[in-house]
Amino acid sequence: MSVLSAIRDRNPAELPGKRDEDWRWTDLRGLIRAVPEASRPVDPRELGQGPFEHLVDDSYILANGGEARIEVGAGATRVVGLRFLSRGDGAHTAKVEVAVGPGGSLRLLESYEGKGGYLAWASIEIQLAEGAAVERIVLAQDDGEAVSVSQAEVSLSPRAEYGQTVFASGARRQRLETRVAHPGGAAALRMDGVYVLSGKRHADLTTVVEHRGTDGVTMQMTKGVVRDQARGVFQGRIVVAEGADRTDARMEHHALILSDRAEVDAKPELEIYADDVACSHGNTVGALDEDALFYARQRGIPEDEGRAMLTEAFVGEVADRVRFDGAREIVRQWTAESLGA
Amino acid sequence: MLSVKNLQAAVDGKEILKGLSLEVPSGEVHAIMGPNGAGKSTLSYVLTGREGYEVTAGSASLNGEDLLALSPDERAARGVFLSFQYPLEIPGVPAITFIRTALNAQRKARGEAELAAPAFLKLAREKAEALKIDFEMLKRPLNVGFSGGEKKRMEILQMAILSPRFLILDETDSGLDIDALRIVSEGVNALRSPERSMLVITHYQRLLDYIRPDRVHVLAAGRIVASGGPELALQLEREGYDKYARAA
Ligand SMILES: Nc1ncnc2c1ncn2[C@@H]1O[C@H](COP(=O)(O)OP(=O)(O)OP(=O)(O)O)[C@@H](O)[C@H]1O
Ligand SMILES: [Mg+2]
Repeated sequence: MSVLSAIRDRNPAELPGKRDEDWRWTDLRGLIRAVPEASRPVDPRELGQGPFEHLVDDSYILANGGEARIEVGAGATRVVGLRFLSRGDGAHTAKVEVAVGPGGSLRLLESYEGKGGYLAWASIEIQLAEGAAVERIVLAQDDGEAVSVSQAEVSLSPRAEYGQTVFASGARRQRLETRVAHPGGAAALRMDGVYVLSGKRHADLTTVVEHRGTDGVTMQMTKGVVRDQARGVFQGRIVVAEGADRTDARMEHHALILSDRAEVDAKPELEIYADDVACSHGNTVGALDEDALFYARQRGIPEDEGRAMLTEAFVGEVADRVRFDGAREIVRQWTAESLGA
Repeated sequence: MLSVKNLQAAVDGKEILKGLSLEVPSGEVHAIMGPNGAGKSTLSYVLTGREGYEVTAGSASLNGEDLLALSPDERAARGVFLSFQYPLEIPGVPAITFIRTALNAQRKARGEAELAAPAFLKLAREKAEALKIDFEMLKRPLNVGFSGGEKKRMEILQMAILSPRFLILDETDSGLDIDALRIVSEGVNALRSPERSMLVITHYQRLLDYIRPDRVHVLAAGRIVASGGPELALQLEREGYDKYARAA
């Protein structure tokens, strides 16, 4: 049962759905009656430029599917663009492998750029050797008519550093999933997310972190803003396996609901089987602080501008944690634009 | 300047202001004193247009213009400023950014050109220095984690920068230490001018030693029940509100 096999076999019965615990809020099985035929190739003239174009050394473009392998040698440093382009109403799959050698450093600027009612699936495998560093920034701009699923598997080695921030604007159904195998051993993980949704868009940010060794650190902060009839889903699970003592794991999810018909479903979970751990999670879902808004208006700031300012500041806290100046500016811009509309 | 006539207002269906009338001419400072729960803050919120404060009768105008018909931000652009009894926290927005946004929004609403960053920073530094506010503090999110006194000072700083024409100070003195009270009062007095008026809500005569009022009013049970010169404040300090509570 997977999106991959459903597309390959053109069999909707193989799609994940609400009977799978992990997919109950993003029920593809119940949504899709027939898997569309394979997407056609994209005219190379249509590729255009990605959102991070001027920041990257080079780019990998997967247009309506494809495969790629990105390698960073020991001690080397690269800034790589990874663009998943989707065009049309077909179905396609993409597979990417990323390997960063010992002490290597990769800044991976990933974008989903879609137009059409496609069904897309992407798999990304990221391996970090000892002491490697990866900063992954994902800007997911799928089409409002599309169904798009991205599943990343990250495996860390001791002393590796992995930072990730996902920015999602939703789709008919959009799911961005990250699973991390955390060996402990002073490896550090930061995994953040932002979703800003309007119309009838749906975004699902799902993360699973498994601490398998001692002294691992995980910091997670996800923030969302939903309007109109949009729906945000956050599922975060942190598992601290037996023996993974002195793990320090913190998970936060906070969402603002700006209209009566918008919805947020959140499931933060900590499963702890080890001793002497510092683990916590915080989860809030609420409306914009109307008192703060009145205060801003009393100072002369018009209502719309005040709302935009307060919501932008709310998600800005996550954008500020991006550790790559140029990219931070771009995602800040993205947040401002998605909140202004 | 401000003219309030027979104002009646309710919160959650409960009548709080019960026919309040008040005239504050240009250039004058009027103090409002009164027992807890009398409706002083309610008056300040009604004048600034806070949601949930429903005007059921009466009028309030500023320089002949109907205040009650304007949105809170439109009133601000006309020069109405409220120093909050309990200033709100604005997470994630540096104080300096907030104030600049407010100033430029007001200028835009009045059809004036926006103030460019360097000119604004110069103005903000100048005013912060006069109020003995460390400029570094302006880089922090507005009021988040500020002490009670710091929040009040930040209100007066905003007032100094926005340069409003009608000022409402709702218990600005509460929470201030003696030095801060003097500094804040000097800040307020610096704004006194023939074109400006002020409404100073306080429980303590002490503030009025620093900010000398032209008139003092007693607000009890939703109405102005007595008015007089500065000596009325001294009398209230001695005798309390007992007799007005009975009158109301
Ligand atoms: N949301 C509300 N619902 C019901 N009653 C309210 C509400 N807000 C205020 N009140 C009531 O309105 C009355 C006036 O309150 P207000 O805050 O204006 O008093 P005040 O004169 O400013 O008092 P203080 O000196 O304590 O600041 C009080 O009895 C208060 O309990
Ligand atoms: Mg009050």
